[in-house]
Amino acid sequence: MSLHKLTLRELSDTFGKGEVTAAEIVRAYTLRINQVEPKVKAYISQVKEAAMAQAEALDQKLKGWRRTMPLMGMPLAIKDNICTQGVLTTCASRMLATFVPPYDATAIARLRGQSYLLLGKTNLDEFAMGSSTENSAFGPSRNPWNLGAVPGGSSGGSAAAVAADECVVALGSDTGGSIRQPAACCGVVGLKPTYGRVSRYGLVAFASSLDQIGPITKDVADAAMLLNVIAGHDAWDSTSANLPVPDYTKALKKKDVKKLRIGVPREYFAEGLDPEVEQAVMAAVEELKTLGGEIKDVALPTTDAAVATYYLIATAEASSNLARYDGVKYGLRSKQSHTLLEMYMKTRQEGFGPEVKRRIMLGTYALSAGYYDAYYAKAQAARTLIRRDFEAAFREVDLIVTPVMPTPAFKLGEKSEDPLQMYLSDIYTISVNLAGNPAISIPCGFSKAGLPIGLQLIGRPFEEETVLRGAYAYEQATDWHKKRSAVR
Amino acid sequence: MNNAGQAYEVVIGLEVHAQLLTKSKMFCACGADFGLPANTQTCPVCLGMPGTLPVINRTAVEMAVRAGLALNCAIRSKNRFARKNYFYPDLPKGYQISQYEAPICENGVVEVAVGDSRKPIRVRRAHLEEDAGKNVHDGDNRAVSLVDLNRAGTPLLEIVTEPDMRSADEVVAYLKMLRDILMYLDVCDGNMEQGSLRCEPNLSLRPVGQQAFGTKVELKNINSFKFVKDAIEYEIKRQTKVLNGGGKIQQETRLWNVDKGVTATMRSKEEAHDYRYFPDPDLVPLDLAQDWIDALRMALPELPEARQKRFVTDYGLPDYDAGVLTTSKALADYFEACVTLHNQPKTVSNWVMGELLRELNNAGCSAASSPVSPERLVSLLQLVDKGTISLKVARDIFPELYASGKSPEQIVQAKGLTQVSDEGALEKVIGEVMAKNPAQVAQYRSGKDTVLGFFVGQVMKASGGKANPGKVNELLKKKLAG
Ligand SMILES: [Zn+2]
Repeated sequence: MSLHKLTLRELSDTFGKGEVTAAEIVRAYTLRINQVEPKVKAYISQVKEAAMAQAEALDQKLKGWRRTMPLMGMPLAIKDNICTQGVLTTCASRMLATFVPPYDATAIARLRGQSYLLLGKTNLDEFAMGSSTENSAFGPSRNPWNLGAVPGGSSGGSAAAVAADECVVALGSDTGGSIRQPAACCGVVGLKPTYGRVSRYGLVAFASSLDQIGPITKDVADAAMLLNVIAGHDAWDSTSANLPVPDYTKALKKKDVKKLRIGVPREYFAEGLDPEVEQAVMAAVEELKTLGGEIKDVALPTTDAAVATYYLIATAEASSNLARYDGVKYGLRSKQSHTLLEMYMKTRQEGFGPEVKRRIMLGTYALSAGYYDAYYAKAQAARTLIRRDFEAAFREVDLIVTPVMPTPAFKLGEKSEDPLQMYLSDIYTISVNLAGNPAISIPCGFSKAGLPIGLQLIGRPFEEETVLRGAYAYEQATDWHKKRSAVR
Repeated sequence: MNNAGQAYEVVIGLEVHAQLLTKSKMFCACGADFGLPANTQTCPVCLGMPGTLPVINRTAVEMAVRAGLALNCAIRSKNRFARKNYFYPDLPKGYQISQYEAPICENGVVEVAVGDSRKPIRVRRAHLEEDAGKNVHDGDNRAVSLVDLNRAGTPLLEIVTEPDMRSADEVVAYLKMLRDILMYLDVCDGNMEQGSLRCEPNLSLRPVGQQAFGTKVELKNINSFKFVKDAIEYEIKRQTKVLNGGGKIQQETRLWNVDKGVTATMRSKEEAHDYRYFPDPDLVPLDLAQDWIDALRMALPELPEARQKRFVTDYGLPDYDAGVLTTSKALADYFEACVTLHNQPKTVSNWVMGELLRELNNAGCSAASSPVSPERLVSLLQLVDKGTISLKVARDIFPELYASGKSPEQIVQAKGLTQVSDEGALEKVIGEVMAKNPAQVAQYRSGKDTVLGFFVGQVMKASGGKANPGKVNELLKKKLAG
């Protein structure tokens, strides 16, 4: 039995029955990581020794007793912008290359509460700003399906690690598609929960009103299992919702979408959509119809304003969120500086990469006196319209189905010189962040070149159950999720 | 152009930062105490570490609402926090969480006494924000600056007036009134030297009769009532001189230099920051329940003005006494505690305003921590009432009562100051005095009554001040009559 090929549910069952020890799990994953990581480069830092020590301690403690919690002994990869106490958290930035947080993110604390095992921290676009993981200060990750292609971004390391069996499941973060888009690129499942469903405490902020932590997994059931652990109110995050958390695995009982009304927004099937992607997504829509769904056309008329709105709001918030990296307290401080102003300027010059600088400048401009009303305020007004679009559409339907990305994963370097082209690869995902709704990306086919294609299912706020039910029904009726990348 | 001789009117508005007396900081669980070793009162949240988030301190919100109500403000039930962005080493996040477009309190007014009349000062807004830390430059190594973040994140209420004041005295009167109110509410300790109450006046001049405001200058670094007055008066003179010399006032921020007694440019308008305020996405807007606000309004303590009026009507005190006694909540509480034990308001008032306040002021002490408790003061007054000691003795021993911590009875006993009312003893002294002064006895007996005063004085002196003056009078008349 190759442990690394199992899903979370399978591995958790096996461990629970005592058929395998935590140390054996870590050993299997260590082997797998050693084998494929040099090609995939999913991780920024690995903590396999610490994981082994924890595994052995756990085995000692259990001594033949059965495990009681679903994530106990499970080997996870965590995106490197989620704080892990005592473990380097770099955000793929030179600025935080040596930063070790003295606290856990709330999502991590909940995993730790179940005795999960941390294998390492995964690569991302610096501070989660990007769609290809090429903006990492530590070099790009590769797509396990084709090492010449990007794994998507910004959670490219987490998606690649799951796709290459370098962890059983992973956490990512999604500000404009950063979980869903790399999941689509790597042929795995990525779930962005409703804004407020998962605490943001300890997630290094990119854009506070959009950021959300979520699972990246091999299948829908695993996403539900992982969401069960990380979801819920947190007194340390005022924006986290004080609502009860259902058992998401119960949403998977039905294997159909009978009585569900499923909307297809025509705005998402316009110019710029690759025909192969369109075909795969339309075939998925047909499949959902076969499974009992009632397919309807819906309108999301403000879709064309989404990219501009997003890049004003996200950058404005980022310009403020990233002000704390000033060389005073932690992280990088330029050695070339003699005055305060010099320290600020040189530290930020040396510490941030070009995309981060670009966004800080954009955001600073959007908030500046004399420009605020024309940019930031207008973007907030547009955001309200986008949210209303979704509210109106969700009065007609229970789920909305769209592509995740206009094309399959592109080649490394193909768009890295053209920020605008890069920004457009998020065109189908960012509206969901602006509106705050939950959405999932699941595999729905392959291009002729053999790269995965993703299907996005969007639900009403806090109706992750419906999203999971639709995704699970589709997954059970198809085989896409069973296909594994050839990397070895 | 020379404008020598032109008369100007000064127009002043005031920004006051009051540190709220919460146990913990504005957005984290750290304590908010003063004077701890550097950076011992910090946590990842107030250090601005990556990924940490603020959570609003409910008590600070409550204090802001109570202060707002006391200043007759409208409370904005839907208010929210904004980020004020600027770089400074004592500002860990690179922005200060403050309130901008939607402050918690708006449109208030307080009346201050100016000479014999009362003048309304409008409060434009009062909003919540977090304090910054402190940069320390005077270490052993001059090349290094240090940052202490103990104060970073402590809650402040910034209270901004309209430009309604017209003299340094009006500013001082308003500031004293504001400080009293905040201290009455227990929301601020009012300590200007330690910086728990900081004031920044903005000031402009205009020719008398002109409607339009002149160019405004902001003054900073003022940490006592005296400096408020000094700085404003200096600035009025400076600006008058500039204008009369045909010059123009620059819009700028100026620092008060205590040592030199002058103001000097800190930064000009061109150097002013663009703070890029925007709503803080980490905090959901506050939505205060009207019931809760109403309950806070009902529970407001009696404020200085109302208490002063009550002291006049309930205790029959003169306006002056009532004014002095209500300058601080502690003093007024002290007075009322005494009156509860000893129902002679005017006598108590004389003692509290006289002997007690003199000692407290000398020691720089508040009535709340007076070493002479209301019980002790009252027992002293009762010794006088019972005739055990004379009023003079009571006054004489008060400094010792204040300094020693002994009870009045102990002091009187130890010093043998008990008043002599025994007729036999007094008659003996009177006999001696009369024997020494036969000429004055003859004068009295020939009808010159005024000599009685002379005899009283001599008898009191001979008894070491312990003789009961009433008894002395009575016995002297009898003896002198022959
Ligand atoms: Zn703190």
